[in-house]
Amino acid sequence: MEIMETKAMGLKFKNPVVAASGTFGFGEEFSEIYDLSILGGICSKGLTLSPRSGNEGIRLWETPMGMMNSIGLENPGVDKFISDELPRMKTYNTIIFANLGGHCEEDYFEGIYKLNDTNVDAVELNISCPNVKSGGMAFGVKSSVAYEIVSRVRKICKKPLMVKISPNAENIPDMAAACEAAGADAISLINTIQAMAIDIKNKKAVFENVYAGLSGPCVKPIALRMVHEAAKMVNIPICGLGGIMNAIDVIEFIMAGATLVQIGTANFIKPDIAIDIINDLEEFIDKENIKSLDEIRGII
Amino acid sequence: MKVLVTAVEGNKQVSNNIYRLSAEFESEIKPGQFFMLKTTDNSFLLPRPISINDVNGNIVSFLYRIEGQGTKKISSLSKNDELQLFGPLGNGFDLDKLKGKVAIIGGGIGIAPLLYLCKLLGKKADVYLGYKDRENMYIIDEFKSFAGRCVIVTEDGSFGEKGFVTDYVDYDEYNVVVTCGPEIMMKRIANICKDKKIKCYVSLERRMACGIGACLGCTVETKTGNKRACKEGPVFDSEELI
Repeated sequence: MEIMETKAMGLKFKNPVVAASGTFGFGEEFSEIYDLSILGGICSKGLTLSPRSGNEGIRLWETPMGMMNSIGLENPGVDKFISDELPRMKTYNTIIFANLGGHCEEDYFEGIYKLNDTNVDAVELNISCPNVKSGGMAFGVKSSVAYEIVSRVRKICKKPLMVKISPNAENIPDMAAACEAAGADAISLINTIQAMAIDIKNKKAVFENVYAGLSGPCVKPIALRMVHEAAKMVNIPICGLGGIMNAIDVIEFIMAGATLVQIGTANFIKPDIAIDIINDLEEFIDKENIKSLDEIRGII
Repeated sequence: MKVLVTAVEGNKQVSNNIYRLSAEFESEIKPGQFFMLKTTDNSFLLPRPISINDVNGNIVSFLYRIEGQGTKKISSLSKNDELQLFGPLGNGFDLDKLKGKVAIIGGGIGIAPLLYLCKLLGKKADVYLGYKDRENMYIIDEFKSFAGRCVIVTEDGSFGEKGFVTDYVDYDEYNVVVTCGPEIMMKRIANICKDKKIKCYVSLERRMACGIGACLGCTVETKTGNKRACKEGPVFDSEELI
């Protein structure tokens, strides 16, 4: 459907529906279930310069209408991604984002240099990782810190750059503005919300790291508010995510100001859910006689 | 593979807190594989990984214990209620590797996934089943109808032998040992098999969100790096594990 076609970051997406990082691996497992070319795009599993084996102990915990995860960025590293995963991902005939995290500036720079030389379509920069060189506070908490890292990455990054904003940022409108000023082509939000679970029987935190990231339908109202706040602040496209389960949720995010959306936790609940969401979205557009998604974008 | 919304064929209590749910399913299923099960009413979010207990023609059955909100809700389903079914997933047991005389050792709810394997192996397999007590025993007669020898052990001695099932296995009689149950039990069995140079396969249980290898919630540490219980497992050669 032509109306679904979305232009952003100098790229043409078949539709605004993108698979969220960390919920879709590198696409391979889902490609056995459905044809991934129906998607607007795919964000790779979060990559780091070196391979990581991830966190010890319990990694998942279900909550009422949500889930918490503490996977710890288990990933094969940028080199292996480029040699083993990206060539296959490129055959899926959809926009491929490499989601890149780092624990110091050099991690990001090295990763970007390597990705520059590939045919990956775009980079999604994860700035929610703790910066080991400044006491472990995440890059994405203070707008000034985020501005520094994003502008430096921007200078060397030859790919369209989307910055993924953490809901744990001190101030969402400021953070969005800082990323735009630093040269981001788009922002995506929200990443998971820092949360906690306690095992009262054993009198300890469920997760080894004590805190873990909350996602799923329970975070959607917060995500929607943050997308709305950011959209009022910046002119670059916003990729909205957080608890999207169906086409109605997608419409809500678009009305709040999103250009693209990402499906995350829902991929776990029903692995082919993106098919339902895209079909229902087309049906909605038809029924409401919408001529362009711009008609409803940011109308709230 | 497709996500199916199907009708429950049956859902009966078989023991204390243990239920058996069955549904129609057409494709081939290997013993030791599992499905992701979910009710369609969104009363809980993530599907639950449940191993297959038996296959009869085009009916697959799942045996599960009520552990939390999800399994509790699943236990409330009645015939013809909707069920979201996704599978079969995981590697399952490779029958070609189970050569010679096989010992199947199960403990607690870990006994459930071993029935279909036992049925396929028939008399060349002996079964050793460990339960907490008489009240928590289930499907013993079915195992007896398929297996060579069937040894029952309860921790309190209220039925069969008393103590831990691991102490009642004549390991030296077997070429291969297959086990599923509490990790402490499987570890002990794996260690005994290692000493006696007997091949041992263990079926692991892990928390998982997706069941298809994407969430990395079910990672298992192995000698060759992290593996996913849902994809490279749940059945592992015990020598691979750390």
